[in-house]
Formats: sequence, C-alpha cells, structure tokens
Amino acid sequence: MCATCGCDGPGAIVHDVIGPGAAHHGHDHDHDHVHDHVLAPSDDRTVVLQQKVLAKNDAIADRNRAFLAGRGVVMVNLMSSPGAGKTTLLERTARDLAGRPRIGVIEGDQETALDASRISAAGCPVVQINTGAGCHLDAEMVAAALARLDPAAGSVVVVENVGNLVCPALFDLGESRRIVLASVTEGEDKPVKYPHMFARADLVLISKVDLLPYLTFDLDRYEADLARIAPNAARLKVSATSGDGLADWYGWLASLGQTAAATTA
Amino acid sequence: MHELAITEGVVAAVTDRLPDAKVTSVRLEIGALSGVVADSVRFCFDLVTEGTALAGATLEITEPPASCRCRACGAEFAPDWPILLCPCGSADVAVLSGADLRILSVQVA
Repeated sequence: MCATCGCDGPGAIVHDVIGPGAAHHGHDHDHDHVHDHVLAPSDDRTVVLQQKVLAKNDAIADRNRAFLAGRGVVMVNLMSSPGAGKTTLLERTARDLAGRPRIGVIEGDQETALDASRISAAGCPVVQINTGAGCHLDAEMVAAALARLDPAAGSVVVVENVGNLVCPALFDLGESRRIVLASVTEGEDKPVKYPHMFARADLVLISKVDLLPYLTFDLDRYEADLARIAPNAARLKVSATSGDGLADWYGWLASLGQTAAATTA
Repeated sequence: MHELAITEGVVAAVTDRLPDAKVTSVRLEIGALSGVVADSVRFCFDLVTEGTALAGATLEITEPPASCRCRACGAEFAPDWPILLCPCGSADVAVLSGADLRILSVQVA
C-alpha cells in the first residue's frame, strides 16, 4: 500500500471531471535508497536515521515546485473548513476573470466530482482528486493531478484542498502561496482554535462578509488574533455573493499571474 | 487524523532505509510546534506496523519544547504557543526548535 495516500485500497483517485470512469493515479515510487545489509545477526543495534518523517512528501513537493517554475505557473493551496465557500469563491472568480489570468483548479474532496463540475461549468480547466478516507491532499496526489491538468504557461493553479482546518496544514504540495479562507459564519475564534493552519498562511480570506449584519461576529477580535498568530499574512474581506472585496482578491491573484508570466519571460 | 498518514510515513521511511531489518524499537522526535499529536501516533502505531518489519516494535517519542529567537532584539525565548511573539513585542521571530518531526533512530535485531 502506498504509505502516503493509502492507494491500492480504497485510496486516492485522480480524475477529470468529464469523461467516463475514474482513473487511478500513476505511481512512480522511487526506490533509490541505500540498502544497509550490514546488520549484526545477534544483539540489537541502533541505526541512526535522523530523517524527517515527511521527507518523501517534501521531496515530491519540491519536484512539483520545479515543474511549475519551469512552466511559469504559480500554484496556491486554498484551505478552509467544509462549507466556508472555497468553491463558490472560485466559481465567481473564474466567471469574473474570464481567463485573465488563466486559472486551473485541482479539487480535493473525499468523494464525488460535484465541486469539479461546478468549476468546469464556470469555464475553468479542473481535475478532481478523491482522497477516499484521506483527510488531506499530499504532494504525490497533486503531482498526478498536475500531469492531468497540464497547466498553461503564465496561469495560476488553485488547489482546493479537502475541507479541514487541521490536517492539510502539514503537507507541502509544492505551492508558492498558502491561502486560508474562513467564513464569518464559523465564528471569530477559528484562528486561535486552529493556529497551525492560520500561522502558515500567506493570505487569509474572510468570506461571506455580506452576512455580517446578521451575525454577532467580532471582527475586531478576529483581526487582533490574526495579527498575533499570522502577523505576516495579508488579509482580505470578501463576499462571493455581494462582490464585496473581490477587486482586491483579483488584484492579489493578478499579481501572482504576473509573477508566473515573468518567470517564463 | 493526519497522524495515521504520518505513522505510515514512518513505517515506509524505515523499511525503505532498512529493507532487510527486523526493527525492535523506533525513536521519534515530535516537536511541540510540529502539528502532530504524539498520543495519536502512539494510538496508530501498533495498527500501522502490523504485518511489517516494525511489528511488535516499541515506540519512544521525545517531544522537545518550542524555542524561538527574536530577529529584532536577538532574545531567545520559549513562545506561548500559538502566539510566536517576542516579549519585546516583535513578531519577526525564527523558530529554533520544536518544529521538527523526525525519525531519530531505530533498533534492529
């Protein structure tokens, strides 16, 4: 069994949104390790490894980053709890930007291609990953999805991670920016409850701000907590329903697109 | 429950490095800032190692606390997680320890 994603069981499946059947993602497991055949037959002995547990994932993430840089593509990792509005924001973004910059989407969910269908209907190239029992995407799944997505030079790839504020924080996918989206309906305590996720964000999107008049959400406390936990993260308030703040979000994305284009030039 | 995937990663890394070894003990370092819960790894370990060269191995986990250095004033301090803020007020800090998640060593029979 693949130790990273658990495939060869009810594991991760990468598939296009349109087309019959879900294809299993290709594995090119490296086995270029050093075989230590010098084990003493009698007493136990200590072998010092000093190895990062996530070394394999991180190596694949670095390969993803090199692949993207070679193509002049920038990838962002979009994370949130389930139902925070990742897909709705991406749908509206795809429709409003209409290809400037070009956006490709990798959708991560445990099951179904529902989100990929929505993104595809909004006019974006999209690949769906179903993680099965998995609670997060890892670099190997994203490598397979990138090969399928085949992103164009100068484009921005948005990885919509599995809705979860805990597990995705740990797994580098090869992205150049991490975005955490948190909706005002979730309450203002999310940054202090899930600090690992917020502390590593480059951009925090506060979503569904059109609902603020109907909630007791304490925006000042939220911003103060964010300033302490993620002092270097940019912050934008957005609503995909009313359009509030979307110009700033598009500006942020466009600057990434320019970065991508500049690396190809 | 990413600790399941983490524990599977430990087994894969050890069996990759020592493919012919019968492993009797594993030492891990799970730093206070690593985002991994040591107790959850302990919970998963017997399940994940079953049927592998690590089956029956004991698991020893060291959990180093976090330490940081302030880039503004140079002070070293133990942060009050989750807020990595220097007592001088600066948030421009480098994590010195406590962020790592490593396999330190194994005992082989």
